[in-house]
Amino acid sequence: MSFRRYSAIFRKEGLHILRDWRSLAMALGVPILLLILFGYALTLDVDRIPTVIYDQDGSPQSREVVERFRGSRFFSIVERQGDYREIIRRIDNSTALVGVVIPRDFARKVAGNEVAEVQLLFDGSDSNTASIAAGYAEALVLAYSSELRERQVIRRGAGKMPPPIDARVRVVYNNELKSRNFIVPGLIAVILMIIAALLTSLTIAREWENGTMEQLLSTPVRPTELLLGKLSAYFVLGMADMAIALALGVSVFGVPMRGSLLLLIFASALYLFGALCWGILLSTVTRSQLLAFQVALISSFLPAFLLSGFIFAIPDMPFVIQQFTRIVPARYFVALLKGIFLKGVGVSVLWADILFLFVYAVLVFALASRTMRQKMA
Amino acid sequence: MQPRNGSAVEVRSLVKRFNSFVAVDRVTLDVARGEIFGFLGPNGAGKSTTIRILCGLLAPTEGSARVHGFNVATQPELVKKSIGYMSQKFSLYDDLTVEENLEFFSGVYGVPRNVRPLRQAYALKMAGLEGEEHTMTRLLAGGWKQRLALGCAILHQPPILFLDEPTSGVDPIARRQFWDLIYAMAESGTTVFVSTHYMEEAEYCHRLALMYKGRTIALGTPAELKASHGPGATMNDVFIASIEHEEAESR
Repeated sequence: MSFRRYSAIFRKEGLHILRDWRSLAMALGVPILLLILFGYALTLDVDRIPTVIYDQDGSPQSREVVERFRGSRFFSIVERQGDYREIIRRIDNSTALVGVVIPRDFARKVAGNEVAEVQLLFDGSDSNTASIAAGYAEALVLAYSSELRERQVIRRGAGKMPPPIDARVRVVYNNELKSRNFIVPGLIAVILMIIAALLTSLTIAREWENGTMEQLLSTPVRPTELLLGKLSAYFVLGMADMAIALALGVSVFGVPMRGSLLLLIFASALYLFGALCWGILLSTVTRSQLLAFQVALISSFLPAFLLSGFIFAIPDMPFVIQQFTRIVPARYFVALLKGIFLKGVGVSVLWADILFLFVYAVLVFALASRTMRQKMA
Repeated sequence: MQPRNGSAVEVRSLVKRFNSFVAVDRVTLDVARGEIFGFLGPNGAGKSTTIRILCGLLAPTEGSARVHGFNVATQPELVKKSIGYMSQKFSLYDDLTVEENLEFFSGVYGVPRNVRPLRQAYALKMAGLEGEEHTMTRLLAGGWKQRLALGCAILHQPPILFLDEPTSGVDPIARRQFWDLIYAMAESGTTVFVSTHYMEEAEYCHRLALMYKGRTIALGTPAELKASHGPGATMNDVFIASIEHEEAESR
């Protein structure tokens, strides 16, 4: 290992990065684009659901139900309709996701101790929102119903009802339950993976395609020097992306950063190093920029996006896929990011995730450097 | 790298097979120090394969080769430090300037920082690129690129230079200028091993080997080779006669 040769490779790669403005723009622009897209557009929070109400009864009791919906932050009444078909029409053209129908005999049944009904209609084509909305609506109707019963019991002079059980909910972390607070940190894992694997997947293949590899092979430069020189240049770029994502996440999206910044940087460096080695490995094996790029895209972006627990919770996945996520490095990094950002926990809790990233980085580096030695000999 | 005793290049029954195809077939030759040694032959004759083995880029299947006294199969690192290599395929970095290419190759050849300015200035002067230090390499014309590639290959002052069809695709004037450089290099004591398929370039070599189907079918100085084919024979006559003789033998 010669420092002179290593630094020559490092500086040359740096020049390539700076000269190729399209790749550079992609490397620095993609994180910003993804953060804006996901930070603003992708919100998994369900509130102000557009709701249509058809109150056939028009009684004080039915109006009370309507007021409950109006008062809830989860529902936003877009129209009070006088027609059942209008509700269906609105759900069809997606201007409403929920329809509430209060039948004509609502007040009479409430007063006459009969089971009164409220019909709730949901647009199941957006099943996630529909099931969440159904939960809110049912809870709202149930709460009104138990209140009514209590009032009647009191009116009859039968004393107080036995108090119902009250569930006291305390959300320990991310207590506003803002999806943005876990999407933005998780996104860092996706961004680093895409940038690292995609850019490095091109770097060795380009040398083969341009014939410069032949020239390099005739010089005393060693495979490890070439590997480390290239890795270092892209490492700087990747850490710049990390800094951009962190700064934007905290300043623009107001994501809390409760844990140690040093730990975050260390974990990111480990993860980035592994991802860079993966890209270089692909580039070395395929020797083709196009092929390496495609394989890198599929093998880095998809697992980091789908199997990391970034958006889709791992415990909800089928058993086989859950087992598969164990070999996805992004899974451990997403766990680290959530732990550091939202919970503010340290090494004593996160050591296993750090250990995995370390093992992964070492393994892929060893594999990349072995493959490179074979291909270059 | 201190000069060693013996030949600059020593090849003994070298064989290279790719599966069943024999690219290099029992080649034996010696190149003396300071010599311009030519490798003449049609495309696919095994010239490039032989040179790549001598540069440590390919492992030989059988036989042995020593370059600057080092065994190419077992000491490729030492061989690479003793040679400069330039191939027919243009192989500098297009998106780097002339100066940045020189600086990069100084680095990978391990040239100490304090002597770099001197070496790079020499390479620039030799390539006739003074004043073009900040020009992007992709903007240089073919002949200039070739000379810059040569300049990059000699930054570490290698005792032996391997040039694999360095002048293919370059116009005749640029070719002539390139050969002037080769002569200057040989005069300063560098051994030059050069392959070509241009007949007139064969005449410029001190000694040459005719290569055909992986074999050396003739070996000698240009004068010797021509004399053996009767008075007034040209290099072209020698080449054709040798190939016809070889074909007749193998039939």
